[in-house]
Amino acid sequence: MSVEVVPVTRTSGAKRVRHRRPLSARDWILSIVAYIIAAVFLVPYLEMIVTAISPSNQLGTSQLFPSRIDFSNFTSLWSLGLGTNLGVSLEVAIGATILVTLVALPAAYYTARKKFRGRMFFLVLVLITQMFQPTALLVGIYGEFSHLGLTDSVFGLVIVNSAFNLAFATWIMTAYISSIPVELEEAAFVDGTTRLGALRRITLPLALPGIVTAMIFTFIAAWNELVVALVLTTTPSHQPLTVALDGFIGGYQIDWGHLFATSVISTIPVIILFAFIEGRVVGGLTAGSLK
Amino acid sequence: MSNIEISVTDPMVPPSPPVMSGPRRTILRRLEPIYWLGPAFLLIAGVVITPVFFMVWSSFRNIDSVGFDHGWAGFTSYHNLFALPDLGPVMMRTIVWLVSVVGATMLISLPLAVLLNRQFPGRRAVRMALVAPWATSVFMTAIIFRWMLQPQSGLINIVGHALGLLHNIGLTSAQADWLGRPGSALVWMIIVAIFVSLPFTTYTLLAGMQAIPGDIYEAAKVDGASAWRSFSAITLPLLKPAAVVALLINLMNVFNSFPIIWEMTRGGPGDQTATSTVFMYQLKASSIPMAAAMSVLNFFVVALIVILFLRFSNWKERAI
Repeated sequence: MSVEVVPVTRTSGAKRVRHRRPLSARDWILSIVAYIIAAVFLVPYLEMIVTAISPSNQLGTSQLFPSRIDFSNFTSLWSLGLGTNLGVSLEVAIGATILVTLVALPAAYYTARKKFRGRMFFLVLVLITQMFQPTALLVGIYGEFSHLGLTDSVFGLVIVNSAFNLAFATWIMTAYISSIPVELEEAAFVDGTTRLGALRRITLPLALPGIVTAMIFTFIAAWNELVVALVLTTTPSHQPLTVALDGFIGGYQIDWGHLFATSVISTIPVIILFAFIEGRVVGGLTAGSLK
Repeated sequence: MSNIEISVTDPMVPPSPPVMSGPRRTILRRLEPIYWLGPAFLLIAGVVITPVFFMVWSSFRNIDSVGFDHGWAGFTSYHNLFALPDLGPVMMRTIVWLVSVVGATMLISLPLAVLLNRQFPGRRAVRMALVAPWATSVFMTAIIFRWMLQPQSGLINIVGHALGLLHNIGLTSAQADWLGRPGSALVWMIIVAIFVSLPFTTYTLLAGMQAIPGDIYEAAKVDGASAWRSFSAITLPLLKPAAVVALLINLMNVFNSFPIIWEMTRGGPGDQTATSTVFMYQLKASSIPMAAAMSVLNFFVVALIVILFLRFSNWKERAI
């Protein structure tokens, strides 16, 4: 299996025609089962929203829905300093997205277009990185970054998140670029365009779905990251949102209202972003290892 | 996802470069991979490979809790680690955690993928619903489940009572403190881990199914094969590569899983709900060298999974 490069596969004409046939009893049963499963998957996130908009005196009671909607959790959370943490998360996620794109794109272009010594070595290295998780290396990362004085810094978090998402980005971009016929670039060369010109005007626009997928994926992964930040950041104002929220859970009295209001703000945009790339993520995560 | 042959031409033929010759040009050509791949290589070397050495090195040092290094300690940390009476139960729990989460995820995602592979109205919406636990930080999902498992007011207990489920197993709402007892806490954390692993696994199996050419099924139909027969004789065997890759990626994720246990019980009471990954993190608070030694043990498991992945995925065919 490869990434969906040619859009034809998704909505082939045959499927559309089949879609219009009258629904049988079996189709109805299938649909209902599927809707129930979908509901089960959504319940926790709906509960998150319901809790966030409940008045605080109605939390911890045994009623399922609040008697009125109250947005005070959303308006008052900024006074808790969570705005700063939200800012740190944004800086880390945007920084990692930019760095991954700058580093992965040339690497992917070169591996897709050239045969060179060490190409296999590079690809295996990327594949191994893909499987690794920062959690497994936590003590080592902490040791190294303490030595380098990179704890409590946005830059430290940016490079860790970049390194661990580099593999996904490289694989998916390589797959897209190698699917673009070389002739298209050659034609540009004939017309007198330089290599960089051809890259900018031909390769990049055609590989854009892959690049965007890699960028969104990296952004979300860095935005959601908890473990490394938990170890590398200690000053509250330098902590990303995940670590700040983890602090909520550590306390004796958990402030659920603000916890979930912040969760809603940080989760809903990410789910919407992810929905755009959903169809292409599997190809990158399995590193093209499925045929 | 059925389009496998995407490279129409040989991508290895380089675009004809502008003509230029001479020794200077040759050296530049030789060095070319370095400036295209150098940054990527630096990032991997600095952030993925160097920490491995730091980790192994710390496990042989005498580092105090403030981080001050008192010199070489030999295998002391390993001796201390193996002398801990809790290590055995933690390792057993890790195996239970791995086998039950990965096993159940694989078993549940197969019928889910079969369902999503069929045509029915609203299929797109159902696919989107599955995206929610995948896109959301696992840590958030764990916190939501912790909230839903609150003894008196949690959604799960309220609904359980309404349906009479809790009454049947002899629990009043005050007693349904699922996360307060290690046994039931572990069961719920396994359920949450399955919940967050299902979307990726289902999508991977679904991609595997959609890559199977439709005409094989047509041929089987012509030969009079039943639906079950085509499933067991065509779908299952052809799905094996996708299933193996999904299995190995899940093993890796679930073994390294930290946020679920951390947010729901902090591994506690004590370390009674900790897996080896969470235990490593707990050790870090008291002894960095012992946490490093635990990491080195964990690293062997991780390395084994990576080797299996390299062995079973046909990455070479894709890479060439």
